Amino acid sequence: MIRGVVRFIDERSGGAPFLRKALRYVFPDHWSFLLGEVALYSFVMLVLTGIYLTLFFKPSLASVHYHGEYLPLRGREMSEAYQSTVHISLNVKAGLLIRQTHHWAADVFVAAIIVHLLRIFFTGAFRKPRDLTYYIGLLMLVLALLEGYLGYSLVDDLLSGMGLAIGYSVLMSIPFVGANLAQLVWNGPFPGGNDFESRMYVVHVFVLPIVIATLIALHLTLVASRHHTQFLSRRANERKVVGMPTFPGYAPRSLGLAFAVAAVLFLMGGLIQINPIWQWGPYHIADATNGAQPDWYLGWLIGALRLVPNFDVTIGNYTLVPNAFWGGAGFPLFVFLVLFLWPSLERRVTGDYAFHNLLDRPRDAPWRTALGVALFTWIFLVFVAGAADRMFVLFGLSYEAQVWAFRVLVWVLPVVALFVTKRICEELLRGEVVEVRRKLVEAEPVV
Amino acid sequence: MKRWLIALGVLVVGRFRRRPLLDEPERLVPSAAPDRRAENIVLLLFGAATLCGVAVPVIYAWDAIPNQTQFLGLAFGLAFAFLSAACIVIAKRLIVTEDIEEEYGLTHPEDEEALEQLVDESGDRFTRKRLLILAGAGAGTALGAALVTPAASLGPVFDTSTLYKTPWRRGVRLVDEAGHAFRADDIEEETFYTAYPEHAEREQMGAPIVVVRLKPAELRLPSARSGWAPEGILAYSKICTHAGCAIALYRKPTFAPVEPRPALVCPCHYSTFDVANGGEVLFGPAGRPLPQLPLLVDPAGQLRAAGNFSGAVGPSWWGVRRHGPRS
Amino acid sequence: MTRALLLCLVAGLLAIPVASADPPQQGVTHVHVAPGTPAVDWGEQLFGANCVTCHGPNGRGITSEVHGAGNEEGLGPSLRGVGAGAADFYLRTGYMPLDDPHKQPHRSHVLFSKGELAALVAYVASLGPGPRIPRPHPERGSLSEGQALFTEHCAGCHQIDAKGGYVTNAVAPTLDQASPVEIAEAVRTGPYLMPRFSGRQISDAQLDSIIRYVIYAKHPDDRGGWALGHVGPVPEGLVTWFIGIVLLIATCAVIGKRIES
Repeated sequence: MIRGVVRFIDERSGGAPFLRKALRYVFPDHWSFLLGEVALYSFVMLVLTGIYLTLFFKPSLASVHYHGEYLPLRGREMSEAYQSTVHISLNVKAGLLIRQTHHWAADVFVAAIIVHLLRIFFTGAFRKPRDLTYYIGLLMLVLALLEGYLGYSLVDDLLSGMGLAIGYSVLMSIPFVGANLAQLVWNGPFPGGNDFESRMYVVHVFVLPIVIATLIALHLTLVASRHHTQFLSRRANERKVVGMPTFPGYAPRSLGLAFAVAAVLFLMGGLIQINPIWQWGPYHIADATNGAQPDWYLGWLIGALRLVPNFDVTIGNYTLVPNAFWGGAGFPLFVFLVLFLWPSLERRVTGDYAFHNLLDRPRDAPWRTALGVALFTWIFLVFVAGAADRMFVLFGLSYEAQVWAFRVLVWVLPVVALFVTKRICEELLRGEVVEVRRKLVEAEPVV
Repeated sequence: MKRWLIALGVLVVGRFRRRPLLDEPERLVPSAAPDRRAENIVLLLFGAATLCGVAVPVIYAWDAIPNQTQFLGLAFGLAFAFLSAACIVIAKRLIVTEDIEEEYGLTHPEDEEALEQLVDESGDRFTRKRLLILAGAGAGTALGAALVTPAASLGPVFDTSTLYKTPWRRGVRLVDEAGHAFRADDIEEETFYTAYPEHAEREQMGAPIVVVRLKPAELRLPSARSGWAPEGILAYSKICTHAGCAIALYRKPTFAPVEPRPALVCPCHYSTFDVANGGEVLFGPAGRPLPQLPLLVDPAGQLRAAGNFSGAVGPSWWGVRRHGPRS
Repeated sequence: MTRALLLCLVAGLLAIPVASADPPQQGVTHVHVAPGTPAVDWGEQLFGANCVTCHGPNGRGITSEVHGAGNEEGLGPSLRGVGAGAADFYLRTGYMPLDDPHKQPHRSHVLFSKGELAALVAYVASLGPGPRIPRPHPERGSLSEGQALFTEHCAGCHQIDAKGGYVTNAVAPTLDQASPVEIAEAVRTGPYLMPRFSGRQISDAQLDSIIRYVIYAKHPDDRGGWALGHVGPVPEGLVTWFIGIVLLIATCAVIGKRIES
């Protein structure tokens, strides 16, 4: 039977040599090399559940009055987009499961990318010849953030509507051209009406998925053509990669991971409620709720927006840098700039332009690890500051005091983290040298 | 007859028996001992996955089952989980784990040179390469710009004047959510009201306002606005000047000696605006005070706008301070 | 060494909420009266024993700091004309007595007996005409009108699911434990920094709807599963990382290998 299938494929495509090579392609099998696949399979889940949702969702801001079964919304004025999402959640069988799975998949997708990015960064996998692969990955991260934001903003509920107003304001805050860009994107002032909803929909459902899918294909092709990196071991070195072949070894592992991702996402989608928009109510420009937050991957931005002290940079009557720019645009731009420039900067500073197929353990590159930890600490502290209001309500920690504390800590703690991390790396390395020496000494016969 | 049956049987069985090969080709995949126990585990897992998979349409169709979302999620999730476990057991116990090697690729200097030579020689017939490239680049840039041009129709990218427009001007009546006009004596102290301009589109940043009443003695408005708050009734834009959220919080002191002064607070980043002195920022990241709307009480006792806001409404942008709001 | 440091850090972080919690409530003074004493008189005696230090004799208020016996700060608003409704609210929630007039009152264990509460309320009501204890009928209210009104007037501070929130320099408490009478009283009183909504702004029928919604919000429709506290994306992010990513990284660890030493 296998022979029949193989012959069919080879006769019609000539693909047997390629398949033979592909199926014996070598995968080093450290567990941390699987993290990128977690992101990949989350993306697949997103596309599949997303397609289902598009079959029910109405991307229109036309006003309707709700006449469904959910009492608290009876008679309320809302957009068709919101109403169709309520309908999917409360009336379509399995609709809520698919919708929640989709939303959890988005949260997990971005988290998986970041875990994968951390692995890539702290093992130096971004070095030549894989810097292009790294740039593509970073670009996918940026697009994933945008895609997620658009996805939950399509619903036009109270929370995401507030988030869109903030997004608009951040765009407006870009020096010189912000307002022009915002008018372009929204087709006029906020809230923009149906044009903007259509644009969000097309970008979220069509444009970005295709771009991300293409980038994934490119990313994987580059990974395959340059082969995967690996840690130093007895047999692995800069010249040869050691591992298991796609078939039969890697395929069931990969498949197993794919099913595990599906399992976790469906379990979360069914058992843990996420974004219960019927409780939030529809968005209106004059409405707001306390405790509104963006999805977790934009939490660093709300933290930054809350921490920046209250000033607009003006020259005469011209508002050069509105306040929202620093936290909402400048901060993420800076972080991504650093991440994008990192491979070339590291090359320049270390003078190391060689190919690297072997990975560093984090301790093997103390400066990189320390700076990476410092950058992460900075971002993480700003992110935590974004939930300071909840900390106040739950634990009674004064919000104003927290703001001041964070304003200091976000600059001080990363520096501390830098030196502590560097020290730890160096100590670990030193410890290994001592260990080797000790083993050598102990192996010597006692005189 | 019996002989025919035996022959048929041998023929049928024979088809399922592998033909003994004359030369055994070299093994591509190393061999290893079977593991029936692992096989049994995999069978069990597949069985469990099947059960869960079958459960899905059953739960879906059987309306009497409550908490459909949870049970469907469990069924789906466990089905995939069992499948995943089966694959992992197969991977670790039923398939040989090989450890093979391959060369990392390097660069291909010969091919790179050949490519360079290919492009070079192809251009042999050109006499003015630089000029042609420049001309080509010019044409390409112009065409690129041309292709991008229709994108300008997406919105008024060059016209930011609408950002100054609000639906308020002198004489416009204040109405509530239901459209009823506000009378001055409807406005009580120690609470806050959301108001809209009559007969105007509400879903725009310039429309919603917050109305509060203070004792006239408590007002500390700038002198230019001394007449803006008849009877101590104040109106401010409801849209925060930081990032556009609706200012839906009003804080009023019950006991002034120990409690902070009356203020409007935005729930997004907690910009806090002083209602008594013209919307100055008390706390939080807003870079501009809250625009104030002057009010008047008409002869019928109804509240009307006495003009447009003290400044442009909404979040800051390049020209936000260059102009006042326009009606 | 690093582990010890980490332990100290964690211990220190955990100590902060403990340290910043309000000091335990001091006791109240119970007053025994002869049976048959009118409630107002009993209330007056209770008032004298528990409230006069801050609210002044006859509840006229103390607006500049006075240090009474036992070094207690005296500062408190006048209670003339606040009415039974306000007094009942502050007392039945345990907002009052308040140890430190500079701190925000919050729901606490009520140390007075029911009879004492009624007596105090009667006394305060006698200080001047004011709103009486409301009698709401949430079952007559409309749930959807309630959510609409709650969104317009209340959600900005109390959050759309009534889980509470931050207002500059104060907390808007969660309404999880608020009874219909307490909600009505709070709306009509405007305790601490909360606005005071009279019957002209929010009619009694509308108030019934709001209360019906608040009661609903204590157990809203959570057919999606574990509700994570109804506060939105922050706990969702925690679940993403501590459940989703943890499970998936664990799966990777099971499937893959470790570095050979």
